[in-house]
Amino acid sequence: MSPILLIEQILNGLQFGVMLFLMAAGLTLIFGVMGLINLAHGSLYMIGAFAAAAVAGWSGSFLLALAAALAAAAAAGVLVEILVIRRLYRRDHLDQVLATFALILIFSEGTRWLFGSFPLYLDVPEALSGPVTLPGGIRYPLYRLVIIAIGLAVAAGLFWLIARTRIGIRIRAGENDREMIAALGVDISRLYTLVFALGAALAGLAGALVGALQSVQVGMGEPVLILALVVIVIGGIGSIRGALVGALLVGLTDKLGGFLLPLLFRGFMEPAAATSAGAALASMLIYILMAGVLIFRPTGLFGAGT
Amino acid sequence: MRRERLINAALLLALLAVPLWAWAADEPFTITLATRVAILALAGVGLNIALGLGGLVSLGHAIFFGIGGYAMGILASHAQDHAPLLESPLLIEGTKSMPVIWLVAVIASALAALVIGVLSLRTSGVYFIMITLAFGQMFFFFAVSWPAYGGEDGLSIYVRNEFPGLNTLDPIQFFALCFALLAGALLLNARLARAPFGLALSAARQNEARVQSVGIDSFRLRLVAFTISGAITGLAGALFADLNRFVSPAMFSWQTSGEIMIFVILGGVGRLFGPVAGAALFILLEHFLGGLSEYWHVFLGLLLLGVVLFARGGLIGTLAGREVAHD
Repeated sequence: MSPILLIEQILNGLQFGVMLFLMAAGLTLIFGVMGLINLAHGSLYMIGAFAAAAVAGWSGSFLLALAAALAAAAAAGVLVEILVIRRLYRRDHLDQVLATFALILIFSEGTRWLFGSFPLYLDVPEALSGPVTLPGGIRYPLYRLVIIAIGLAVAAGLFWLIARTRIGIRIRAGENDREMIAALGVDISRLYTLVFALGAALAGLAGALVGALQSVQVGMGEPVLILALVVIVIGGIGSIRGALVGALLVGLTDKLGGFLLPLLFRGFMEPAAATSAGAALASMLIYILMAGVLIFRPTGLFGAGT
Repeated sequence: MRRERLINAALLLALLAVPLWAWAADEPFTITLATRVAILALAGVGLNIALGLGGLVSLGHAIFFGIGGYAMGILASHAQDHAPLLESPLLIEGTKSMPVIWLVAVIASALAALVIGVLSLRTSGVYFIMITLAFGQMFFFFAVSWPAYGGEDGLSIYVRNEFPGLNTLDPIQFFALCFALLAGALLLNARLARAPFGLALSAARQNEARVQSVGIDSFRLRLVAFTISGAITGLAGALFADLNRFVSPAMFSWQTSGEIMIFVILGGVGRLFGPVAGAALFILLEHFLGGLSEYWHVFLGLLLLGVVLFARGGLIGTLAGREVAHD
């Protein structure tokens, strides 16, 4: 095992983790402020990716595509919040799970209806394509580094937004006491729509950024959604800091596990058996991590005790 | 209450009458549809014990459905290849006998439910939903990446398994088996709901502190309910695999968990016959809307959304009125 390969996997893990954070941040905000568990978050991610691919195909500009992804996902978020989600805040989690599962069905099949079953492709912009050489002689795709940078910048921006701005104060106040801030004259239902749109836009951004790495297709959102749920559960639902730590933990565990476990198993097994056993265990690793965290800390690493 | 009983009886009769009519009219496909309804309803009855009686929102019941399916697939594939499952320390052969397969499926899924229950019942609310979902994904990825039994491609069984005295290849006879098992599970569910165990479980769902304060261990109640629930869903999984003569990791997928939950919700949570009504509605929709449009999931989604937002008692709740039988 060479250190270069290991560092490459660490960078892959970071990139994956940052991506998960963009999804998880929205989910955890929505849960923290509104108490809503939103399974349709993966659909917003898919909408972002499709909007980006469609606009990039039409205009050829990646920046325009990103803007379209943000706008489309936020608009879909606002629409869904006003039509459906608003009715669910006071319902129990079972109703929320079911209604948002229904939204997944509607969004997925609706997208298939509009765009067909064949995947779309979104190209990495030319200025960002190709590898760069990092200190130490490691060559790594520039685009993935940019994703890491964007993700960390968004994380910093979110912390600033929540901790330092008036909107952030209202969001935190809404988390603590809904009636009190309504009594102080804040339009709570507008605040909720805003938070939902913010979460949706982040999911759309994640979809567009990842869309350039993989194919854009119906059903792309659900695997990411489940991982993002794992992230917020590990981090503690409602905590942005927990989402960041959880996302990086899950990203690194997944990439490093897939790389290291087969090597580890090779120490005492035949190579073929080691590869398949290692891969099998690696694919389960993050769920084992999550189960482990929940067993020892039933409300996640940064979750408030219930 | 009386109306609900009438509806239940009508449902059971309809589920029996349709395949009998199809048998007389020689329409084997309709019998297969009815068989699917019976099997999926059985899976739903399993979930309904955890969800309706215990209030445990499990988004991981595909685990037990899949374990049942793989119990059938593994045993039958060894039997059809004439390769023993285990040679040392003792010889275990595969089998094509349904009762043995059912027993293995029930025991294996009950054990899995016991272990998963011990671990995940420590959490509650959203965390419980998520941890059951995570366990489901764990099993799903394990089934995908474990090459011994087909991995991603799944396992095909060439001939349906045997039941002593019956010809299981005859659709109506296989339906009769599934129907009998469903009826048994419904009976068990009804008895459980009225027994002290079911009453205590219902009480723990409604007010845990009170139940604890009279000295009942609600964790143990829920664990038992979750185990029974998993075992019944596992049995349904074995039947489902036998119906299709095929098992694949898709049985473990979270969409399967979601669909089993849809049967229960469409029919009515906590209603004895909710899963039967829900599964029947689901299969009817799949058959007729699926025939109209390739994109029938849009309509399923809209219907589900409508039920959750506006008709909270599900189909049976809407027909029979608000009050729930055993609350």
